Amino acid sequence: MSWRFSDRLVLAAAWVTGLALCAIAGAIVLYMGYRGIQYIRPSLILSRPQPSTTQAGSGGFLDPLLGTIVLTLIGIALALPLALCAAVWIVEYGRPSWLARVVESSIEIVAGTPDIVIAIFGLAVFQMQLLAPFSFTSEDGGVYGRSFIAAGAMMSLLALPPLYAATRDGLQAVPRHMREAAYALGKTRVTTIRRVLLPNVRSNIATGMTLGISRIIGSTAIVLILLGSTLRIETQGSFPGIDLLRGTGSTLTSYIYENSPAGEGGAPQKAYAAAFLLLIFVLGLNLLVDRISSSSLFSSV
Amino acid sequence: MHFIADKFDGEYETSVPPVRTIVLDRPPEPVRPPEQREALRPVRDTAGLERLRLEDVSVSYGGASSLGRRGANAVRSVSLAIHQGEVLALIGPSGCGKTTLLRTLNRLTELTPGARREGRILLDGEDIHDLVDTELRSRVAMVFQQPNPFPMSIFDNVAFALREQGRKKPGRRELEPQVIDALRRAGLYDEVREDLGRPALRLSGGQQQRLCIARAIAPRPEVLLMDEPCSALDPISTGVIEDLIGELRHELAVVIVTHNLAQAHRVADKVAFMYLGDLVEYGAARDVFEDPRAQRTREYVRGAFG
Repeated sequence: MSWRFSDRLVLAAAWVTGLALCAIAGAIVLYMGYRGIQYIRPSLILSRPQPSTTQAGSGGFLDPLLGTIVLTLIGIALALPLALCAAVWIVEYGRPSWLARVVESSIEIVAGTPDIVIAIFGLAVFQMQLLAPFSFTSEDGGVYGRSFIAAGAMMSLLALPPLYAATRDGLQAVPRHMREAAYALGKTRVTTIRRVLLPNVRSNIATGMTLGISRIIGSTAIVLILLGSTLRIETQGSFPGIDLLRGTGSTLTSYIYENSPAGEGGAPQKAYAAAFLLLIFVLGLNLLVDRISSSSLFSSV
Repeated sequence: MHFIADKFDGEYETSVPPVRTIVLDRPPEPVRPPEQREALRPVRDTAGLERLRLEDVSVSYGGASSLGRRGANAVRSVSLAIHQGEVLALIGPSGCGKTTLLRTLNRLTELTPGARREGRILLDGEDIHDLVDTELRSRVAMVFQQPNPFPMSIFDNVAFALREQGRKKPGRRELEPQVIDALRRAGLYDEVREDLGRPALRLSGGQQQRLCIARAIAPRPEVLLMDEPCSALDPISTGVIEDLIGELRHELAVVIVTHNLAQAHRVADKVAFMYLGDLVEYGAARDVFEDPRAQRTREYVRGAFG
């Protein structure tokens, strides 16, 4: 054989690394699957958590599950338009160039900020008197600053950078002749962006959305600090919808933390069950985005 | 190659994909030599309606007004007229301003920062500077060098050209006759009629270029600009498109930029020879090719430089 020894060594290392990663991923899925199936019950998913002194009476995690879903929806709903606008502006306009550089590095700073820092910052912002309507105010006038909308707004900062980067890369990869084709048909810039460029990068947007959603689902710090850490979803006010946004609650991540031996609770079984559900969420999301990105390469009639 | 295969137990053989999947528009048939095609083309003497008139058109890129300096202009003082029913070929060596001149005609040069135009271009007697650029571009359509259909269905590619800006109306049903008509005029309909919902990017290169032509002529433009429309295509697809150009000139004025002298010979009624931004010679194709007045033209047409 003509392979040099060092080459063989590197090849072997590559094999080992690849197989090890497969083994680690497999171990996580198998272990969580084993634990999850062992402990998960439909009643856990369908029942609300109860304040109780015994584990048998403390209910399930319906509220944290809904909390995760609501928080993800709020975060993505806020991040998506911002990220798309920023990416379109950077790629299609991007002038003056110093402003483009500032925008680019601002987003990089947001991307590099740990979520605990974003959470503290968010708390400071939402405790301002000006933003009092977004959470509840105590009798002595203190603004609580913790609510679904506060947590969701900070979550959108987590989702924005990957969403922005994916969209920007997609737009930059659209060849120039595609834009010229639209302009040469007498289309305006706005039409070209809406009807040619954005549909063209749908798979990139979908990829960015998964990355963003998995960051939101996985973040614990923002939930612990900004969502009020009530086990149940507690609404504030009486206007349906708005009361939820102003309310407090928890998510699967905070539920797992609180119930695991690391937190205060002593219900590792429920923590495993919730973790299993979380894992299924993320895997399902990946599967979904794979399908979206492979089918939306060509739009239908 | 044999000893390599022995040495590596055939690993190299399996790693090379077979090069057999060449898709053509239609079964291969021998391409007729240029002379023969040229002889088949009817000589046209009747000039149709004047569509475009260029008066002293100069274009420069970059910086402040540099029209006075020699060499700074991509196009210098070009004046000519383009008539309905004829094909005008812009020929000349690379970088002589052909494409710039072509892109000036539908104001696509304005997308390039720093591009300046002087002189007047009249479309049916109207200065194109007074037209809204989007309206101008639907009246002066363009086909590019690289086939560039949108990653949509065949139908949507043509429908996009017909709809007003970003509207979704008129709907599929109302547009269908116009879309089919455009595809038919571009000679593509018979090949795609079974499934107009197919993604345009799955067509072959030649079909894609004809789809781009269908898209361009769908809104019934008065002038069709073509920037080396065949340079990315195989000879058979080129032949199909050249025949199509011959058909299209009856309904609109065609301006084609080409590097390929044989192609200019085959399709053009009028020829404009450009060199370093100057219009050196302009006249009937036969005159320019067979009895050029300028020395430069003579050398270029004979293949002496370029």
